[in-house]
Amino acid sequence: MANTVSRRDVLKSLALSGASSSALRLIPLQRAVRVHEMLQRDKAAASAGGAYTPRFFTSHQYKTLQALCQAIIPPDDRSAGAIEAGVPEFIDLLTSENKDYQLQLGGGLMWLDATCADLYGKNYLDCTAAEQKQILDLLAYRENVRKNSGLSQGIRFFALLRDLTTDGFYTSEIGIKDLHYLGNTFVAEFPGCPPVPEG
Amino acid sequence: MVIGASACESARLLLNSKSPLFPSGLANSSGLIGRYLMDTPSSGVVGYFPQLSKIPPHNHDGTGSVHAYAPWWKYDRKNEFLRGYHIEIYGGRTMPVVGMFHGVAEEFEGYGNSLKERCRERYGTYVHVEGRGEMIPNERSYCEIDPSVVDRWGIPVLRFHFAWSDNDLKMAEDMNQTFKAIIEAAGGTPVSEVGSAEHRFGHLYEGGVAHEVGTVRMGADPATSVLNGFCQAHDVKNLFVIDGACFATNPDKNPTATIMALSWRASDYLLDEAKKSNL
Repeated sequence: MANTVSRRDVLKSLALSGASSSALRLIPLQRAVRVHEMLQRDKAAASAGGAYTPRFFTSHQYKTLQALCQAIIPPDDRSAGAIEAGVPEFIDLLTSENKDYQLQLGGGLMWLDATCADLYGKNYLDCTAAEQKQILDLLAYRENVRKNSGLSQGIRFFALLRDLTTDGFYTSEIGIKDLHYLGNTFVAEFPGCPPVPEG
Repeated sequence: MVIGASACESARLLLNSKSPLFPSGLANSSGLIGRYLMDTPSSGVVGYFPQLSKIPPHNHDGTGSVHAYAPWWKYDRKNEFLRGYHIEIYGGRTMPVVGMFHGVAEEFEGYGNSLKERCRERYGTYVHVEGRGEMIPNERSYCEIDPSVVDRWGIPVLRFHFAWSDNDLKMAEDMNQTFKAIIEAAGGTPVSEVGSAEHRFGHLYEGGVAHEVGTVRMGADPATSVLNGFCQAHDVKNLFVIDGACFATNPDKNPTATIMALSWRASDYLLDEAKKSNL
């Protein structure tokens, strides 16, 4: 059954889910996994260089997207980061099929560069690590809007990107391992849950 | 002729089958085909249980969609509403899905290592308590042939009208209060929206549970129903509708097994009547 669902159907259903009500927007892992699989096949089919060619974002936007995704979920001692998990490709692929994302993410990246130009006289990628942290700290919290209403669009953009980054990361092989998710596999015996530790 | 096109689609087929003998649709002398469409009144509350973050990683998945089940227990007392509902309880270290960490991202915001830690810490700590109630049909919920829209084969499609009744709203409110109390009594904190009709008591969406039944209902009286108790049309003896369209009310439990049982019963009857040359 799943194999009869077209690539476009999968992407559309995932992109739709973001727009619907919270009660209904949980989408099965299988469909997200199919997006990751599509990307793997695309990568394998790409030229010997193997570089990913973004479908929607310009080269500059895509590099910025990569930097932001990695900032949202960086590598640590337990697992690799968003880039290694294929999150920017995941987001690019979904965005290529969704007009709302194209506007919110494409426009959001332009907003970020324009704001960095105002603040630091250069675009986000050319900012120093300290400057990048400063702007992300402004965008990562809703309450900052009270001090500076000009941040509202950027905060909304960052919230969407954060949601999509967690989606892409935790439905990837790296993310699933990071959570120690152990199900969806054959077991000869099902012992159930261990007890809740005391204290 | 045996139709099993699913609720609504069976109604659509009959309504579109007009003839001089049946000007308002096949077997529709009662005018009730399309009427009394139902879904499942529902509400849900999500609870956060920090204790669960301490459980060591383990295989939490049994068969798909596994949940604890509590049948209706307040059948022997006076309630604010008619009929009842059951409870489905599930959660824990389930398969990761798209949207799973949107709540964590919204609650804690930020980014980087702290966000990643929050996702790990919160994974497996949410328990969903969901209610599924019985819907009594009402006059305001129905489908009819759309006068201006056809499908890709040129066949007129349905248009829908749907409204929950006061009974449905009271039931959803009762679910909402009960589930909040269950979560709190179990040592958790409700983290989803609770408590008001404006917030639909967590999950009272028209068609939200997608248990659509009714629209070609069964009954003893040909004036107030389309089919008899064996899914046979009152108007046309050799016409049977053997899907969820025949439901006269929508019980709280998922309809599939009931559809199969009714279909089985109708098939036995059909065979018996055919042998007697009554069809």
